[in-house]
Amino acid sequence: MHLALFIIFGVFCVAGALNLLLQRHPINSALSLIVVMSSLAVLYLLLGAEFLAAAQVIVYSGAIMVLFTFVIMLLNAGKEERTHGSRLAYIAGFPGAAALLGILTFVFLSRGGDFGQARLGEYIVTTSDLSRVLFRDLLLPFEVTSVLILIAILGAVALARKEH
Amino acid sequence: MVPTSYYLVLSAILFSIGVAAFLVKRNIITVFMSIELMLNAVNLTFVAFSRQWHQVSGQIFVFFVMVVAAAEAAVGLAIIIAVFRARNTLNVDQIDLMKL
Repeated sequence: MHLALFIIFGVFCVAGALNLLLQRHPINSALSLIVVMSSLAVLYLLLGAEFLAAAQVIVYSGAIMVLFTFVIMLLNAGKEERTHGSRLAYIAGFPGAAALLGILTFVFLSRGGDFGQARLGEYIVTTSDLSRVLFRDLLLPFEVTSVLILIAILGAVALARKEH
Repeated sequence: MVPTSYYLVLSAILFSIGVAAFLVKRNIITVFMSIELMLNAVNLTFVAFSRQWHQVSGQIFVFFVMVVAAAEAAVGLAIIIAVFRARNTLNVDQIDLMKL
């Protein structure tokens, strides 16, 4: 059951990411990124992170991707054109990413015995567990992030405003 | 029952696709989206290791990454709008004023 769900949503993730890479129109890339993020929420649920699964759907595939699609439609972004620089990136980019993938996969699979197995429902972090740590031990960092969000909002308004 | 290393390999695949998209894509918004993809891949690694060693702090870290990613998306998209207003293009090859 766990393995079947992992394979289904892992394939969704990889297919969405590949579609992001292969599509030439930014709106198609944005929609496939939503697929990736929603499938990642299911994977978080399988790993017992229920709060993060909800936050992933609300924050990532909700708020952030709405912002992205909004900006794409606002700027009326069309198909990207190939330039001289992109040909160089094709030559250097794909082998580099493939080498990175090879190294990481080799390390993870060769050390795979040290990590053990993930069983469904064996370890669940409830929202109360998470908030106990967040509001008791890590209260200061939590409050600092609220200041960060405030500054980001002010910065976004200041940057996007039309100057006179 | 799924070995934790499968989750790590999946996140490595997503991260590598994100790196490739970051290098290959020429549209500044798509480049920005591939950064989000890489952040998500790292988040999956954090959650997998959090389950592996039964530590809540891994998930706390993912929470903070989400907060920072939201702030980054807001500021980054505002910068993209400002750049588009000034130069009327989204192609990163034509936004090269600081290049040698």
